[in-house]
Amino acid sequence: MSQVPSPLLSLRQWRVSFGGHEVVHGIDLDLAAGERLALVGESGSGKTVTALGVLRLLGTAQLTGSCWFNGEDLMQASEARMQQLRGQDIAMVFQEPMTALNPLFTIGDQLSEVLLLKMALSRRDAWERSAEMLSQTGLNPPERFLKSYPHQLSGGQRQRAMIAMALACRPKLLLADEPTTALDVSMRGQILDLLDTLQRETGTAVLMITHDLNLVQRFADRVAVMEQGHVVEQGPVKQVLQQPQHPYTRKLVDSRPQRHLADVQAQAPLVAEVKDLRVSYRTRLPGWRGWFKAGAFVAVDRVSFSIRRGETLGILGESGSGKSTLALALLGLLPFQGQLQVMGQGWQHHHRTDLPLRRVVQVVFQDPFSSLSPRMTVEDVVGEGLRVHQPGLSAQERQAQVNQVLAEVGMRESEFPGLLQRYPHEFSGGQRQRIAVARALVLEPQLLVLDEPTSALDVSIQKQLLQLLQTLQAERGLSYLLITHDMDVIQAMAHQVMVMKDGQVVESGETQAVLAQPRHTYTQTLVQASSPAIARS
Amino acid sequence: MCGWIRVSNSIESTWVASPTPAKRAWLRFKRHRLGFASLVIFVTMTLLSLGAELISNDKPLLARHDGRWYVPLVQNLPETVFGGDFDTPTDFLDPFIQAQFAKPGNWAIYPVNPYHHSTLNYFAKEPNPSGPSADNWLGTDDRGRDVLARLIYGFRVSVLFALALTIVGTILGVVTGAIQGFFGGKTDLAFQRFIEIWSAMPELYLLIIFAAVFDPSVGLLLILLSLFGWMGLSDYVRAEFLRNRQLDYVRAAKALGLSPWAIIRRHVLPNSMTPVVTFLPFRMSAAILALTSLDFLGLGVPPGTPSLGELLAQGKTNIDAWWISLSTFLVLVGTLLLLTFMGDALRDALDPRKADQ
Repeated sequence: MSQVPSPLLSLRQWRVSFGGHEVVHGIDLDLAAGERLALVGESGSGKTVTALGVLRLLGTAQLTGSCWFNGEDLMQASEARMQQLRGQDIAMVFQEPMTALNPLFTIGDQLSEVLLLKMALSRRDAWERSAEMLSQTGLNPPERFLKSYPHQLSGGQRQRAMIAMALACRPKLLLADEPTTALDVSMRGQILDLLDTLQRETGTAVLMITHDLNLVQRFADRVAVMEQGHVVEQGPVKQVLQQPQHPYTRKLVDSRPQRHLADVQAQAPLVAEVKDLRVSYRTRLPGWRGWFKAGAFVAVDRVSFSIRRGETLGILGESGSGKSTLALALLGLLPFQGQLQVMGQGWQHHHRTDLPLRRVVQVVFQDPFSSLSPRMTVEDVVGEGLRVHQPGLSAQERQAQVNQVLAEVGMRESEFPGLLQRYPHEFSGGQRQRIAVARALVLEPQLLVLDEPTSALDVSIQKQLLQLLQTLQAERGLSYLLITHDMDVIQAMAHQVMVMKDGQVVESGETQAVLAQPRHTYTQTLVQASSPAIARS
Repeated sequence: MCGWIRVSNSIESTWVASPTPAKRAWLRFKRHRLGFASLVIFVTMTLLSLGAELISNDKPLLARHDGRWYVPLVQNLPETVFGGDFDTPTDFLDPFIQAQFAKPGNWAIYPVNPYHHSTLNYFAKEPNPSGPSADNWLGTDDRGRDVLARLIYGFRVSVLFALALTIVGTILGVVTGAIQGFFGGKTDLAFQRFIEIWSAMPELYLLIIFAAVFDPSVGLLLILLSLFGWMGLSDYVRAEFLRNRQLDYVRAAKALGLSPWAIIRRHVLPNSMTPVVTFLPFRMSAAILALTSLDFLGLGVPPGTPSLGELLAQGKTNIDAWWISLSTFLVLVGTLLLLTFMGDALRDALDPRKADQ
């Protein structure tokens, strides 16, 4: 250890526990001045807690071990000294820029306040320096942004402002906790480039906390992999990612989903056919006109597509592009204009007449925590559709079908004793998502709408779920409408892809053709931003 | 084979049936010792007061006279049966009747407190109201009625009234809140405006007017208070419905083809009951307090009905008779305190942020 020329930050036997429950189990970590270290792990691995512990921002947590920063023992430092260090020598960028900025003050107020407090600049100097920082982070013209409130900025702009604030005092160490996760895909690349440039200019050491290996590959020099409170492997990025030693690292590295798709037969029947679909919401017009007339916000504009049996149509787009609205319209849960036929039938928007069609189209939502009612057992959740569509079934017959479909999604009584009587809170996110898939499958639908089915899951779980979906498609000849913002998912799952922006389809075609040679500029940024490997090849 | 058996055994021994969410809340409630003790005490008090006739009554529970059995509690016995001169209902507190039962072979088992709430003690040794004594443990009121008896019966009236008011108010509040929250839009807008207008009605003046127009009765009071008591709760239920109806499990249920009614009943309602249940004890105590206040003002139950508010009013007019006001005050405070402790425990038990252990 002594051969490392006195690291900037050095953690030894670093333990963090909450109320006697240890979450970080004695890790050793070194970070040299000017180095970029990525701390990688899935949710719950203790990576954020490690960083917040260094800043002593964890409230009641007990910290043990040693923590040296810049030749100073932080375990001995007083709270006053820590306050001095925070912001000045060690700065932090958080995941969610909306909650990290105070909504009542302008960006300029908040940025210059840091400088007033930490650098003892005069008010005018602080303001000028703030403007300079903002233009460095790409917020031009800075005068406009200085006078803006956080809600007036987009997510990416807010994150830029956060970075400006973090780097305002030229800290020696920047802790970046998932700085791009909350942003849209096209924004991520830009923020990462910005961090990259600024790091080169200022020479600040960066500890990047992330779960995204693409990001690690693009940004970091060294990587430390954390699993359940242990650092299982660390070393130079190239070495760790190309020759992972620990099984967990190996699992993370090949968590990129594989494409195992059967080709769609040319004469396969159409499952869904949509022509000139248009969905609009009523909105209030500003000012006095809003009293008399409602405006319309067009969420989906003249979208046409068709899905054949056994085919997956991937819909790619950012938040607000109208892709989820499209899904709800296809499910007959929203009024729409245009033609929409599923198995040759259209929605009547009447509960009783729509019933036969409900059986044909089913859905799996994004958030595994809100998609299952917390007060229903697994049997009730999965069996509910059968109660509606096959009310004649006896309790035993229903239970048998529920068991069968649960086994099909990989949930068996032998692994989860008492499975049917359990409640959703007893399952992990991936298992809940399987239950949600089972709830949809029990009706033997033809078309499954998958609305970001994996984006709330950890990468390794993601891969398992996608494999399951591929298997189900092969076995049952299911058609999928897959909504996602994740290029990897599209690449692994979709036969056809449709890229949406602001409610309109900007590009569509065979997945591999579109991703290999994106024509629309928007698709190009998406392809570049999300997956450098694709862009390079 | 042996290994297989061991595996299945180990599964059975490690897995415990998961309790329903309601059961888990109940277990958490039981762990809250003050709240659980309050519930036990309150339920005991209520059950005892429901059998008030057996505890506090001027008729013996069982009597034997001249070799015959009598159950005066349920029988209507004229005085002539026990050797009296008149064909009137027996006054068992009459020294003459007492002397009859003192004869050998005759006996009577009296309730613990030998007074009904309406019994006038004609044989008191002191003028009314008289202070606590061996005869009247908590003294008598200004008409010579036993205060303890009136407290027991008054408590029963208060609790039953509060229960009825709470049940009616909760049902109304849940139904209106559910309709507003689930259907939203214009329905919600119309209901909200109606609630605003309705809540602007001067409740107390209406009560005074109705008390003047109609004969006062508990039923009338229940209707009037129910008309205004549902609005607060309906707002909470509405907010819960608005939140829950846009969650993914409700969307999934719609996509499964459930009817709106089934979605409300099976999905939204069970997940929106937390504020309803949490408020139950607080609504009870508010109802008890409302009845007491109205009785105190003379706008409440018809005269002659035992009630805590009427006792407090007596305590006010007879300020020297401290036993009336003090004992009533203690019963009232005790009841409200028990309900508040229960409410606190219930709130903790239903708080999703609190861990199970």
